[in-house]
Amino acid sequence: MTVRSSRDAVADGKALLEVRDLKVHFPTPDGLVKAVDGVNFKIHRGETLGVVGESGSGKSVTFLTVMGLITSKGARLEGEVIFKGRDLLKLPVEEMRHIRGKEMGMVFQDPMTSLHPMYRVGYQIAEAVLAHEAAGKKAAWKLAIDMLGRVGIPKPEEAARRYPHEFSGGMRQRAMIAMSLVLNPDLLIADEPTTALDVTVQAQILDLIDRLKTEFNAAVAIVTHDLGVVAEHCERIHVMYAGKIVETGMSRDLFYRGRHPYTWGLLQSIPRLDAGETQRLLPIKGLPPSLIFVPPGCAFHPRCPYVMDVCRTEVPTMPPTDGRHAAACHLSPEEQERIFVAKVLQQT
Amino acid sequence: MTTTSQPSAPSPRAGITPLLKVTGVKKYFPVTSGILLQRRVGDVQAVDDVSLEIYPGETLGLVGETGCGKSTLARVVTKLHEATAGTLEFDGEDYTHYSRRRMRPLRRQMQIIFQDPYASLNPRKTVGSIIGDPYRIHRIVAKDRIKSSVQELMELVGLNPEHYNRYPHEFSGGQRQRVGVARALALTPRLIVCDEPVSALDVSIQAQILNLLEDLQKEFNLTYLFIAHDLSVVRHVSDRIVVMYLGKVAEIAPQADLYRDPKHPYTGTLLSAVPIPDPDLAKARRRIILQGDVPSPINPPQGCRFHPRCPKAQLPLCGSEEPRLRDLAPGHAAACHFPLTGPDDLMMGPLRGTGDHDELFAPPTRP
Repeated sequence: MTVRSSRDAVADGKALLEVRDLKVHFPTPDGLVKAVDGVNFKIHRGETLGVVGESGSGKSVTFLTVMGLITSKGARLEGEVIFKGRDLLKLPVEEMRHIRGKEMGMVFQDPMTSLHPMYRVGYQIAEAVLAHEAAGKKAAWKLAIDMLGRVGIPKPEEAARRYPHEFSGGMRQRAMIAMSLVLNPDLLIADEPTTALDVTVQAQILDLIDRLKTEFNAAVAIVTHDLGVVAEHCERIHVMYAGKIVETGMSRDLFYRGRHPYTWGLLQSIPRLDAGETQRLLPIKGLPPSLIFVPPGCAFHPRCPYVMDVCRTEVPTMPPTDGRHAAACHLSPEEQERIFVAKVLQQT
Repeated sequence: MTTTSQPSAPSPRAGITPLLKVTGVKKYFPVTSGILLQRRVGDVQAVDDVSLEIYPGETLGLVGETGCGKSTLARVVTKLHEATAGTLEFDGEDYTHYSRRRMRPLRRQMQIIFQDPYASLNPRKTVGSIIGDPYRIHRIVAKDRIKSSVQELMELVGLNPEHYNRYPHEFSGGQRQRVGVARALALTPRLIVCDEPVSALDVSIQAQILNLLEDLQKEFNLTYLFIAHDLSVVRHVSDRIVVMYLGKVAEIAPQADLYRDPKHPYTGTLLSAVPIPDPDLAKARRRIILQGDVPSPINPPQGCRFHPRCPKAQLPLCGSEEPRLRDLAPGHAAACHFPLTGPDDLMMGPLRGTGDHDELFAPPTRP
């Protein structure tokens, strides 16, 4: 493996990745799409961060930006993405290329479309090694085989010579994970890693990510819409809505003392395997807003059952959290607690 | 492999004619080789000897993983595919070999809602004409009344009737699925086959559609065959549940029994794999992680099809003799030689939380 001096330079307790006031806006003929609108968070080594939200909440765009994969020319990026002391948004393309894939890896939702159909799986993994000139051709191929074995693919020597279409969905996702971890990155970003997979395969893959996180001493960010996945695998959770983080906290804070009405809505609208008698679901009314015409004030106010006058005009701010549980909501903490105990805990 | 059809589990509702009765149904797709001669070299045994009954007014859930044959079964039942063997009866009427023409009156009573609300609506037609098509095809509503009937339906499923002339792309995923529901309801069917109706939708929208289906069922006394891979969703909607694995029925049980006391090891592992949105409970549970993938339905394993992955398999019996579906409790049948004896058999741990998180309500002390 490659020698990494910067890894040791990161002092314990210091965040591996810090995103400060990140904004990603895309101008379109219909107006400005505010995909990410002022997001702040940190990820520490050894931690699994979960980011939940529905389609269009900005969760994927946030992490594509971190990876430097927002390449559309018109995109307006603001804020800072500090990774191991460097602001990635200010790095030249060439330097970013050295970091991407080597110091941070990404696993995408759809393993069908994210592997090249015409190259052998082993080659695609070895290519990552060769691109970063981390090893010679033979060594790279060996590394690829070794990685395939570590992600639990049987007979890795044979598997490396196969093409993606010869793999099942779960195997492809394992190959993707092998590819993203082959250079031993510090940060693994998994964007809906199991959405396309069956539950038993999902359990295998998430288990694998957990195991490899410890093995590689990496940090993991899981982007998902599945509250079950974050409850089981993430220590810290962000809930995103319309391009903003609306609630952040440790997993138990969110599930047992959630503060934001949107979090409550999510908890109340999922059918639960662990519930007693099946009760009627309480869906969030209406639809997620268009990111061009985000409602004034709190973006969630048109759908919020506890809306007050102030919500319609003033954007609620997220208090500086320092890692503590917080929500961007105008309700007072006492009110939040009262409603959560009275309504949400009853239901879930 | 046995070829005799197995008796389906006797239902507690014996004596009532089932609305849909499926007996020993098989659907094999030929696998051919060669360009000119197209030799038949094998079969994909997508559905292999499935029997089940659906009673009026109930929701029968059908769960299983990709490739277990659940969607194929839905298509066989609605005669979008011809069954290779077995019989299909609707309200006592055998329609297995009906021609398209003879199927027509039955189609009024049997409709389907598809999974993908993007692919199942013709992008070049307005939603008004999509929902109104069943009326025109079956000629049950006078031409000048079609528009008002369609608008009534749109209102019923929660769409704005003024959007009659809009195209599918102008709607969100949830609204499109409402269009699909309206189209299925147009002919006032008795049975609706829902093939993964909510799996393409966001959670908050999914809940809206599930509630809509529930309301419509009450209002029109509908019967659902509800197919999904999400066990939480199936639990929520179903009265009885069928678990399929590799084209066969692994277990049939009333909803509460299946989740409280699964009998088939496959059901047990499936349940234990579902992530539960409760962090403490998630830690208390022990998940059984199945190794490997579902085997190919072209060459299914001998004996019990689940035995190569089964944590309870005992050779040689499980590897040689195919287990028959047999009753283990009233209305609860499983096809297994060594059924689970209780929720602790696979050491799955609790499936319900204690709800005791009082310490979280103390003032926060963490720095």
